[in-house]
Amino acid sequence: MTDTVTLPNSLRSQPDANGHFGAFGGRYVAETLMPLILELEKVYKEAKADPAFDAEFAELLRSYVGRPNPLYYAQRLTEALRAKAEPGKGAKIYLKREELNHTGAHKINNCIGQALLARRMGKKKVIAETGAGQHGVATATVAALFGMECKIFMGAKDVERQKPNVFRMKLLGAEVIPVHSGSSTLKDSMNDALRYWVSNVHDTFYIIGTAAGPHPYPELVRDFQSIIGKETRAQMLEAEGRLPDLLIAPVGGGSNAIGMFHPFLDDPEVAMIGVEAAGEGLDKKHAASLAGGASGILHGNRTYLLQDEDGQITEAHSISAGLDYPGIGPEHSWLHEIGRVKYMPIKDDEALTSFQTLSRLEGIIPALESAHAVAAAEQVAPTLDADKIIVVNLSGRGDKDIFTVADALGVEM
Amino acid sequence: MDRLSTRFAACKAQGRAALITFVTAGDPDVAATPAILDALVAGGADIIELGMPFTDPMADGPAIELANLRSLGSGTKTKDVFALAADFRARHPETPLILMGYANPMLVRGSDWFADQCKAAGVDGVICVDIPPEEDAELGPALRAVGVHLVRLATPTTDAARLPAVLNGASGFLYHVAVAGITGKQQAAQANIEIAVGKLKAATDLPIAVGFGVRTPEQAAAIGRIADGVVVGSAIVDIIGSHGDAAAPFVQDFVASLSGALITSIRETAA
Repeated sequence: MTDTVTLPNSLRSQPDANGHFGAFGGRYVAETLMPLILELEKVYKEAKADPAFDAEFAELLRSYVGRPNPLYYAQRLTEALRAKAEPGKGAKIYLKREELNHTGAHKINNCIGQALLARRMGKKKVIAETGAGQHGVATATVAALFGMECKIFMGAKDVERQKPNVFRMKLLGAEVIPVHSGSSTLKDSMNDALRYWVSNVHDTFYIIGTAAGPHPYPELVRDFQSIIGKETRAQMLEAEGRLPDLLIAPVGGGSNAIGMFHPFLDDPEVAMIGVEAAGEGLDKKHAASLAGGASGILHGNRTYLLQDEDGQITEAHSISAGLDYPGIGPEHSWLHEIGRVKYMPIKDDEALTSFQTLSRLEGIIPALESAHAVAAAEQVAPTLDADKIIVVNLSGRGDKDIFTVADALGVEM
Repeated sequence: MDRLSTRFAACKAQGRAALITFVTAGDPDVAATPAILDALVAGGADIIELGMPFTDPMADGPAIELANLRSLGSGTKTKDVFALAADFRARHPETPLILMGYANPMLVRGSDWFADQCKAAGVDGVICVDIPPEEDAELGPALRAVGVHLVRLATPTTDAARLPAVLNGASGFLYHVAVAGITGKQQAAQANIEIAVGKLKAATDLPIAVGFGVRTPEQAAAIGRIADGVVVGSAIVDIIGSHGDAAAPFVQDFVASLSGALITSIRETAA
């Protein structure tokens, strides 16, 4: 499903044969899991070379997910920012409408791809970790679609905070397993999913929700999510007759961002900003692994992590449960180090403001994750000339966040 | 011969398997650990595995995960782990000491730093759960350069095609993880352990130790009849969980029961 033409020295030819993106990535897993991830790598290579796999994936994205979703010119947002900018400034802002996908976010793209791989490997049971519940809902959805047994590991705190998504998953036939270990949030649900997987490797496929984990997960998740960037490219050429000047996407693990960025990595005229969750501020509680972390090893890959001087993982914080993770996908760590993508921190309160701004100006309630990217666009657009074009990846819709936002705004529901 | 080979050879000469016991450093706190380590030795442990606490022990079940959290919760730092190791080495010059843990705390200051600390503290070997042979370059060369073993793990999913990759660079002993799973949970069928150990012995001259799910003297004795070493961890850690900093005598009694079972099992075999 990926483009087969890769130029030498291309930024799009990572990872290497051992799953490394520069110094990042790799396969840091227990021996019990090694044979399985080596088999997954082999099956994925075969699937990539099989036109029937690609055709089935494309058809499900079309008829089930609802792709292609629109690239939408956000005229009122653009004009509102121009009104505050210097004369001649204020870039044109487009939104890539991933929130219009079935289940309301980009997560489903990856889940369909991985469920197809699970079926190809003969596995009839799938497991997943989830934070806010979006990836859990997307996994439960494809499990229903493919007739697979599904278990979702979710931090006990998140089960409490995200009751509507817990009920959705149950409606879809999944079993939701509350995780009480550690801090009872996303990182702990990933630990427990790995613990379950290592005990059930013979019949279970782990659908990892972001472009992280041991090789080949970061690569295959990126490839499945690259539909976002490929569509954006074609739609922008049709709308404006040229490529955009700047792409902006939110980054937790970073699957929606790498999906949008990857097809443009070899176009030097296209700049990119990944938006990290700065929580209460980089000097306080946050989830910005690149801005406030260091290289380390967790959950099967080497990447930037929030950690102390002894390598103990520290707790992440973001108002957005989907960004509340102390790591980031390894390809982002590499793109950060080589400087191809710039990463920008956005705080909880800035995201909250943009959540409301986009709702009022465009009639689109964004996910809090996506609101981080909108906030970055609001800061950057007024500094660019008016003939420049920005695309913001609107990775998910905000219905799931209305309780969190109401709470933060002091509104009784 | 180094401490590990000497100890395995001594046990073999007695016709029994080595008893390898695991506890987490700093559980329940750093002050309590030396007495617990002494209790392991006094109870008859041949080799000590000392866990380096980590916030995210993904290969461990609830017992050892809680031990990690108790240790970190009471403020254990990496420097404390090495101080405990060095202190143990001074008091028990002959007993092999293995550090067991996860890659991130080991590598955060670089593999050379870690290897030097191991060497200086008298550590004989390292077991790193999340460094498979494919990532050996992260840790293996630095440890081997200072004469510290990086102990490899073989599991029920390590098939014949993969075993040579696991054995390539293996030293000290080979740790057979008896169940595809996490520590302290399920217990493997004795027949499966016998088949697995047989295959491993055919492929390597390294001593074979069997761990994961070994909780009772009876199980230890059964495994001791076929393997060169038996690893017991969660069952000891549970005792520390129950008795806290007063755990040492209870640990010693339990370890003595394991050790006694291994010795008795020779007599039965001989008779």
